Amino acid sequence: MANLNLDWVKVEKAREAARIISDDTQLYLDQFTTTTVERAICRLYGIDGVDETDVPLPNVVVDHLQQHNILGHGAAFWLGQAALATGKTPQELAEAVAKGELDLTQVEPQDPFEVQLWADKHAQPALERIARNRAHRDTKLEEFGDKQGPLLYVIVATGNIYEDIVQAKAAASQGADVIAVIRTTGQSLLDYVPYGATTEGFGGTMATQENFRLMRAALNESGEELKRHIRLCNYCSGLCMPEIAVMGALEGLDVMLNDALYGILFRDINMQRTLIDQGFSRMINSAAGIIINTGEDNYLTTADAFEEAHTVLASQLINEQFALKAGMPEEQMGLGHAFEMDPKLENSFLYELAQAQMARQIFPKAPLKYMPPTKFKTGNIFFGHVQDALFNMVTVTSHQRIHLLGMLTEAIHTPFLSDRALSIENARYIARAMKDFGDDIEFREGGIMETRANKVLDEALDLLQGIQREGLFRTIEEGKFGGVKRPFDGGKGLSGVVQKEDHYMNPFIPYLLAAGKNAQEVSNE
Amino acid sequence: MSSGLYSTRQSNLGTTLDLKKLKPYGDTMNDGKVQVSFTLPVADSERAVEAARQLALKMGLVEPNVATHIALDKNFSFFVVYGSLKHSVDYDEIQVESVDVNVMTMEETDDFIRENFGRKLRVLGASTGTDAHTVGIDAIMNMKGYAGHFGLERYRMIEALNMGSQVSNEEFIRKAVEFDADVLLVSQTVTQKNVHIQNLTELVELLEAEGLRNRFLLIIGGPRISHELAKELGADAGFGPGKYANDVASYFCEELLARQQH
Repeated sequence: MANLNLDWVKVEKAREAARIISDDTQLYLDQFTTTTVERAICRLYGIDGVDETDVPLPNVVVDHLQQHNILGHGAAFWLGQAALATGKTPQELAEAVAKGELDLTQVEPQDPFEVQLWADKHAQPALERIARNRAHRDTKLEEFGDKQGPLLYVIVATGNIYEDIVQAKAAASQGADVIAVIRTTGQSLLDYVPYGATTEGFGGTMATQENFRLMRAALNESGEELKRHIRLCNYCSGLCMPEIAVMGALEGLDVMLNDALYGILFRDINMQRTLIDQGFSRMINSAAGIIINTGEDNYLTTADAFEEAHTVLASQLINEQFALKAGMPEEQMGLGHAFEMDPKLENSFLYELAQAQMARQIFPKAPLKYMPPTKFKTGNIFFGHVQDALFNMVTVTSHQRIHLLGMLTEAIHTPFLSDRALSIENARYIARAMKDFGDDIEFREGGIMETRANKVLDEALDLLQGIQREGLFRTIEEGKFGGVKRPFDGGKGLSGVVQKEDHYMNPFIPYLLAAGKNAQEVSNE
Repeated sequence: MSSGLYSTRQSNLGTTLDLKKLKPYGDTMNDGKVQVSFTLPVADSERAVEAARQLALKMGLVEPNVATHIALDKNFSFFVVYGSLKHSVDYDEIQVESVDVNVMTMEETDDFIRENFGRKLRVLGASTGTDAHTVGIDAIMNMKGYAGHFGLERYRMIEALNMGSQVSNEEFIRKAVEFDADVLLVSQTVTQKNVHIQNLTELVELLEAEGLRNRFLLIIGGPRISHELAKELGADAGFGPGKYANDVASYFCEELLARQQH
């Protein structure tokens, strides 16, 4: 493979700065849990369904605990105590709380050691189901063989899960490898996960566990027909990040959008909330063998892709460190970046290729997620198709892994069936025609591309060292990422951040960390 | 190529431009050539091709040529069809509502505001409702602007505040009052099932209900917004694709001045 001559001493310094930044941040965050982390724990204990007024039962339980100001002990503790006292299952307890028949603070106190034993024991069914889903994926990838080269990723976004299935199956048969079901706009700001199959959405479809299940079953069917494992992707972001991670892990999703900073910057979610939530959600994704996709590409839609390229690299390095803290192997870190330079810029192709290649070399094992042009798509579908072709060439040449296909009708509507087909045709042609191009060329020493990559690296190092001095929170407050400023105590969801008590209990953490590690060791053998 | 692409047999096309009977232009005046593409939810087959041809005839395409047909899935096929449109329109009769202003540069706009208002104009923008996309409002407002046109934040005589995305109409109005805005900019980028119409209608209704409608100049923008639609929804102006910060600024400067003089 052609390599850019990068200054590796600087790469190491940048990585070290990112590590210190994430250490400092994590130290602070470890004092807290959040409402959605606790709801995720409820879901892992099997609590599902809604009450009479459609409030999800995990919310019922956690709201109940928060109202009594006792959430800081962890939902696991209260469920365990009540289960031991009443002999009920977590689901039965939640239903009783919903009916007003049970107050979790009023049950007879139990021996804390017994509660811990209960909590560990009852954690196992969900963990086993997650392990089975992971094993199933591995079996299928082995049976069919996993695709080499970029995975073609397309979105469906009809708002109706049943219509999404038609579109997804069509896309799979045309050659799509990853199907992402875009969420309805606004879901990221809901502080609960809707329940059941849904047929109404705007710009996308509700992420619900039932919708996950329906789409998974449909794509498994396609997979058997096509003799390919079709990966399913959804959005583990917003105010319910860890709960969606649980749902995805339980239903066998393969890829999840999951960024440490995205919600803060682009959805105005409180920074403490998002950073705590991403930690637990990444442990779940890690144990489930789910590839996460980070959202650095978004910086370039609000800020300039040429001038702000270094913020992408800095954020990738930070995302990498937070993922490592959650026990995630590099092979599951789909760090994001994008092809978003102004087509009027001279040599933009060279700069894009330089940056994509740089990311490839700095994160050699990561299944990088590369995003297509969107910002300079105008509705001129013919030019748009050419923009996507250039993007596809960079993707193939620099060996990106998750290849999010551009649509010629970007900026007009959510993709038609035919838009997706044309896009896949474009990408497959380029992947075929340029298959070994990246391995057959060399980057000129001191050339435009090498110079560009090292400049971006220099600037990223400066930025990271600045963050290391000031701390991540202050840096976000100052608007250094994506040009968006967010206050430490501002944004949505801060009221869901809860101080942990001394004997706070989240029994899943050691198991999730071990599960991720074990699966990793098995696959390395 | 059986459809007469290279045919020398010419039908009787008038070769002069007749604005009373305006038609699409392929390579000869009045040839009426258009291209359409669409998907049919049936398997790709000769019967499907004939269905596409017949649909083209019903669209008013003479001698339709199904240039390509591709199977998209077992029961979906895609067509690209060329043909000559038999319809025409009378161009002289067409009236459109468009924003008709003398477009100024950023510097000219700043001078205009300084001379005519003697203070900074206050502009509040947001992508409202469920729309999570800020690309439109950012292009108009952010310092950097878009395609070489600086955004309103860069203007010395404009105080611009961009609230970003997913701002509720209530929140937007509250901020408008607090910020004492002269101009409100609302962007609607991605919409599905016409949710943007519903959302904009609600905004206008809320403003009217609170007696605030005349306090602000309300401008909406987005890929599916036209000036005509904007007026219909009760806004003062609408800007669609290809309009930049200085187009919008030129409009509101002139309009605010006109209102001040009345």
